[in-house]
Amino acid sequence: MTAPIAIIAVLTLAAAVTAMSLRNLVHCALMFMAALAGVAALYLGLGAQFVGFAQVLIYFGAVAILIVFAILLTRGTEPPREPILSKAWITGIAIAVVVFGVLSAMVLSSKALTREPGPTPQLPVHQLGAQLMTKYVLPLEVIGLLLTAALIGAVVIAMHDEEGG
Amino acid sequence: MTPLAAYLLLSALLFAIGLAGALTRRNAIIVLIGIELMLNGANLNFIAFWRFGPNPEALTGVVFVLFSIGVAAAEAAVGLALILSIYRHYRTTNLEQVDSLKG
Repeated sequence: MTAPIAIIAVLTLAAAVTAMSLRNLVHCALMFMAALAGVAALYLGLGAQFVGFAQVLIYFGAVAILIVFAILLTRGTEPPREPILSKAWITGIAIAVVVFGVLSAMVLSSKALTREPGPTPQLPVHQLGAQLMTKYVLPLEVIGLLLTAALIGAVVIAMHDEEGG
Repeated sequence: MTPLAAYLLLSALLFAIGLAGALTRRNAIIVLIGIELMLNGANLNFIAFWRFGPNPEALTGVVFVLFSIGVAAAEAAVGLALILSIYRHYRTTNLEQVDSLKG
């Protein structure tokens, strides 16, 4: 891991921690966007340019904006008066620490990860597109169907029903 | 430590941070943000394994991440619609006050 990548990684983690711990929801959403930008930069550093740009396009262009809209529509812009952590927060933190402990113990003790890295693999977009249209065409169609169903469902769920249905 | 192990530790940390947020915060929107962070940690794993794995010419990791980002977008849309609907019904997004089903 080179120095720029390490700096991006530290910034990403710091942004994620702040996004999870700030009081004001709008600040949380902004720090979440910073963490997403860090992850996109890590993808670029790993040589997966197309995935990095897809991350910027979908997470920045769609998910983050949706979250900001939801915050505005639920009047989340005023900081809450009650405590922001739930009553069982100690249990939650403990579970997260245990999960990270187990994962890192597995990673550090694994013998399969000692392989030296090869050169950065090439990821031509035309090859990716050809694969999506041949080998992965069924998952592609299924995800199109899933997105259509999910978006129609989201509209129906969020639609305001005056008759009280 | 090899670069792959470093990336795996990084994504495990991202996952743990998202999990801690999703389990401890009261606001439903922040819980959703935590879940998105966990998804990002998992995606980083896929890309790291593709980059440092023995067969980078197979694009499985990259394609899986693309599909995973698509599913995350669908999940965010439905989740936020549900939060809006809950807000209209209960006038709050505080998860501890949405307890009608609690016995």
